[in-house]
Amino acid sequence: MSQPFLKIEGLTKRFAGSGGAPDFTVFENIFFGIEKGEFACIIGHSGCGKTTILNVLAGLDEATEGGVVMGGREIAGPSLERGVVFQSHALLPWLTALGNVAFGVRSRWPQWSSKQIEAHSIRYLEMVGLGGALHKKPAELSGGMKQRVGIARAFAIEPKMLLLDEPFGALDALTRGTIQDELLSIVQATHQTVFMITHDVDEAILLADKVLLMSNGPYAKIAEIVEITMPRDRTRATVHHDPQYYRIRNHLVDFLVNRSKTYAGEQGDDPVHPPVVRPGLDGGAQVVPLAKTPTPSDQASPGPALRNASN
Amino acid sequence: MKPTSFWAAPILSVLFFGLFVGIWHFSTQQTLGEVTVDPEYAALIGAQAATGGQSAMPGPLDVGAKLWEHIRDPFYDRGTNDKGIGTQLIYSIGRVLIGFALAALVAIPLGFVIGMSPLIYKALDPFIQVLKPISPLAWMPLALYTIKDSNISAVFVIFICSLWPMLVNTAFGVASVRKDWLNVARTLEVSSLRTAFQVILPAAAPTIMTGMRISVGIAWLVIVAAEMLVGGTGIGYFVWNEWNNLSITNIISAILLIGLVGMMLDTMLAQLARAVTYKE
Repeated sequence: MSQPFLKIEGLTKRFAGSGGAPDFTVFENIFFGIEKGEFACIIGHSGCGKTTILNVLAGLDEATEGGVVMGGREIAGPSLERGVVFQSHALLPWLTALGNVAFGVRSRWPQWSSKQIEAHSIRYLEMVGLGGALHKKPAELSGGMKQRVGIARAFAIEPKMLLLDEPFGALDALTRGTIQDELLSIVQATHQTVFMITHDVDEAILLADKVLLMSNGPYAKIAEIVEITMPRDRTRATVHHDPQYYRIRNHLVDFLVNRSKTYAGEQGDDPVHPPVVRPGLDGGAQVVPLAKTPTPSDQASPGPALRNASN
Repeated sequence: MKPTSFWAAPILSVLFFGLFVGIWHFSTQQTLGEVTVDPEYAALIGAQAATGGQSAMPGPLDVGAKLWEHIRDPFYDRGTNDKGIGTQLIYSIGRVLIGFALAALVAIPLGFVIGMSPLIYKALDPFIQVLKPISPLAWMPLALYTIKDSNISAVFVIFICSLWPMLVNTAFGVASVRKDWLNVARTLEVSSLRTAFQVILPAAAPTIMTGMRISVGIAWLVIVAAEMLVGGTGIGYFVWNEWNNLSITNIISAILLIGLVGMMLDTMLAQLARAVTYKE
């Protein structure tokens, strides 16, 4: 059985209670996997620990228990193998757009000449449509342009995995749509593996291969993994005409509005194998039955289970 | 509101200056009073002083003439106690710059360490808090005793008074670098040395520059007093020497020049500060 490219195993985050108060558990027993080239979105209400999970993946934070394995090696500390796009864009304000991208590129390929670094950085800035704003400082760029620079900086180091922390949260709807389209085409062209936090259900449906639904914290967990079964060549203009679209959307919204509060492992699910559902397909809203439960040491990707289900 | 003309403020400044000089002129104007002392005594000490007609306070014209004299020949040297005002200013500026540069060399790296390490910050904080409020001139006897050189002692006093604002501001600037920027450097696996020079230093530079500006201002304030104590050369010594000569005209000229040089030093650092300031 093949292992997924990225494997999260038993991730738990607790904060020690102060003054004799009991420990506060944000989330516990988080298990999921992401395949190479897969685009995974995580949705959940504020406070369920999405950003903590992303920070653990980035190596910026440490989980209380559990670990993350990427490409067969455990993640310990930040690495150029995982590019991060921060919610607050986090551009260095004293550098130009080009300088910000080159800052990462120089770190990735220290042996490169300045010319090579510049050419490489410009290529990625042009990819996000900023060829005309190379020498502008972040303060001179609009919110959308800043976030584009952040995306270019993360892509330019050609990471094995991209982590996006609600990258479009602070943008207006129009700008968000445009950048979503750009991100979609870049990801489709580069087959980038992506893990993204979002609050926007439509964004998740447009971009993701699968959506991880988190129940509310404390003791948050992965309640369901929703497979987006629509064909991969989606565009923002046409995706909502797909008959699957509203079935998936209704399922997600229904979870967020109704079920996320009361979830708390209501079905007594096995946290190692969160139920996989495909609401886009007829009758797919039911939980896909899993194959025999393996021992926790060889947690399965949902792959074989799904294959069984679709037979 | 109508936009005011570019020249409105300078014209008003000139007007205020004229008003001030006018009042000064009329309040110090010589009025020949009656002879109040014995004519022979008057002949001895000078008629005007004897009549009480001349205030010891010179008028603006006297000061202007003196100032022109100084500016025309700023570097003359007529012995130990009679050097040009330009020479004296250069001595003072030299002491300030040397003391200030030494202080920067100590304060900025040390401030970096303090800002990066909460442990060292806590450990050194009591010392800084006690040493910071000490008047730099209080160090003077100790400096003279240990260094045994008045010139170096003056530089030491400048060093010690420039140190604290730079140290405290650097530590604060470094400690309050935005976490996001440090996280960016971490995820890009930027080495700690590169992070220090290319992320923390530029991020903290405006705060550090503010500290430097405060320091150079204090240093210029202190040098005058320090030179009054150590004597020999410098604008502070010049002022004290002219007080002993009872030449108020020279003192006022020196006061004016001290102000102008102080403004110049501040403007220079303000320009530097503008160069490292960034907009978020």
